[in-house]
Amino acid sequence: MLEVSGLCVSYGSVEAVRDLSLKVAAGSVVSLIGPNGAGKTTTLNALSGVVPVHGGRIMLEGRDITRLSSHQRVAAGVVQVPEGRLVLAGMSVRENLELGAYCRPRQDIPADIARMEERFPVLGQRREGLAGSLSGGEQQMLAMARGLMAHPKLLLLDEPSLGLAPLVVKMIFDLVLELKSQGQTILLVEQNVFQSLAVSDYAYVIENGSIVLEGPAAKLAADPAVARAYLGQAGPSASAPITGR
Amino acid sequence: MNVLGQQLVNGLFIGGVYALFAVGYTLVFGVLDILNLAHAAVFTLGGLMALWLVQNAGLTIWTAFPLAVLFAGLLGLVLDQVAFKPLRRRPDTYFSGLISSIAMAIIFESLAMGVFGAHNSRFPAGTVPVVIWRLGGITITLLQVEILAAVVLMMVALTQLLKRARVGKAIRAVAENQHAARLLGINVDGIIAFTFFLSSALGGAAGILFGLYFDALSPDMGRPIELKGLAVIVLGGMGSVPGAILGGLAFGLSEVLTVAISGTSNLRDAVAFTLLFGIMLVRPSGLLGRGRLREA
Repeated sequence: MLEVSGLCVSYGSVEAVRDLSLKVAAGSVVSLIGPNGAGKTTTLNALSGVVPVHGGRIMLEGRDITRLSSHQRVAAGVVQVPEGRLVLAGMSVRENLELGAYCRPRQDIPADIARMEERFPVLGQRREGLAGSLSGGEQQMLAMARGLMAHPKLLLLDEPSLGLAPLVVKMIFDLVLELKSQGQTILLVEQNVFQSLAVSDYAYVIENGSIVLEGPAAKLAADPAVARAYLGQAGPSASAPITGR
Repeated sequence: MNVLGQQLVNGLFIGGVYALFAVGYTLVFGVLDILNLAHAAVFTLGGLMALWLVQNAGLTIWTAFPLAVLFAGLLGLVLDQVAFKPLRRRPDTYFSGLISSIAMAIIFESLAMGVFGAHNSRFPAGTVPVVIWRLGGITITLLQVEILAAVVLMMVALTQLLKRARVGKAIRAVAENQHAARLLGINVDGIIAFTFFLSSALGGAAGILFGLYFDALSPDMGRPIELKGLAVIVLGGMGSVPGAILGGLAFGLSEVLTVAISGTSNLRDAVAFTLLFGIMLVRPSGLLGRGRLREA
C-alpha cells in the first residue's frame, strides 16, 4: 500500500526526519512509536503533504505521490486524523463531517453521514451543535469519523488517544481494531506504546528522525529495549503507561 | 421631522454602500487575518471601469455593472497572486502583506489616473432613469431603491454562500484553521484566491453604486471610504460579515444624522469616528465580536 524510502524533512537548518524508510502493507495496522520530538508527527505531515519534503520518495499503491499537493494526497487516499483532533470548533458537527468528504462525489455524502451517525450515535444526536461544544472524547470520535468520510485507502492516526479518559481510550483502540477487521490500512502514531503495539501487525521505532528498530508488533512489545526506551522517555509520572503487560 | 426622516432614508442607502465595501474588507481579514489596504483602490477601479463601459463601450448600466464587478474580482486575484501569496510563508506575513497591499493600492490608483484621467467624471445623464417618489414628504429615488436592492441581494447571496455552499464551508474551514483545512483535502490556496475574488467583486460593486449615488467618480474616490471601511469593520467586529453590515449601516446613519441635527457637515466624520471609540469602550471586540465568519 504505502512505501516510503529515504524520506528527509528539514525545518530551516534542523533535520526533523532523516533518511526514513517504512512500509505499510494493505489491510495492516502499523505503529510508528518513539519519544516526543522524534519526528513522528513530521513524518505523518510529510505523508500528508503539509510539510515540504527535501528528499526521498513516497509511493502509494505503486504511484509516486511525493510531489502531490496536500489536497491531491487526500484525493489519492492518504487521510490524516491530526494530533489534537483539530475539529472545526465554530462549525457544526454535520458540517465537519461534510468537509471530511470534501474530495468525494457530492451524491455519496448524505449516505456516508448517515453511516457515521449510526456508528457514532453521539454525532447524530449533536448534529447541529458546534463541534467545539463536544467533549474531548466526542471530538476525537468526530475527527475519526471526519477522516473516514474521505474513504481513505491509508488512514494516518496521530495520537488519537492523547488526553482522553481511559474508557474513551479503550473505545478508540476498539475502533482501530474494528476498522482493521474491515480491511482498513492504518499507520498509527501513539504515545500509548503498549496498547498501540497490541492492535498493530508491525511497528517502527523512530528516534531523532530515523528508524532505529522495526519488527512485528508482538515481537517489539516483548523487547526490553523498547520498554526501556519508552519508560525512559515517559518517566514514572507520565499518564497511564502501564497496561498490565 | 421630515428632514430627519429624509436623512434616515439617505443614511440607509449610504450605509448600505459602506456595508458592501466593508464586507469585502472583513471577508479577507476573516480568512487570512490580513488587512488588504488595496481594497479601496479596487473600489475605485470597479467604479471607473463601469463608467468606461457605459461611456466608451456604449453598454447599459445593467450590462456594465456585472462586467465591472467581474473585473474587480479579477483584480482581487491579481492582488492575491502578486501582493499576498509570495509572502504567505514568511513569518512576518501579516505586516509584509499589509505593506505590499499599500504598494498595490498605489499602483492601481496610478493606473486609474493614467487610463481614466485625474479629473472628476460622472455617469452620462440617463444611465439610470430618474424616477422620484414622495412619501409623506420623504423623497426616494428609483436609484436609491435599486442600490438598496443590489446591496441586499449581494449580502443575502454572500451569507447563503458562506452558510450552505460547499465552497462557503471551505472558506470558513480555511478561516478557522488552515492546517486542518489542508488535511481535509481543501485546496487552501485556491480557496484564498476565491476569497479575494469575492471580496474584490463586492468592493468593486460598492464603487459602482457609490459613483452612481453621488454622481461623481475620480481616481481618488476610494480615499475617504478606505478609512471608513476600516472603522466599520472594527465597529462591527473584525472578520464578522453580519458585523460589517451592521457597522456600515450604523456608520452611514450616524453621518447623516449628525448633519441633520447639527445643520452642518463639518462634524460629520468627527461624530462617526467618536461613535467608533464609544462602542470600542463598551464592546472592545466590536458589535458582533470576532470570528463570526466561521459560524456564518
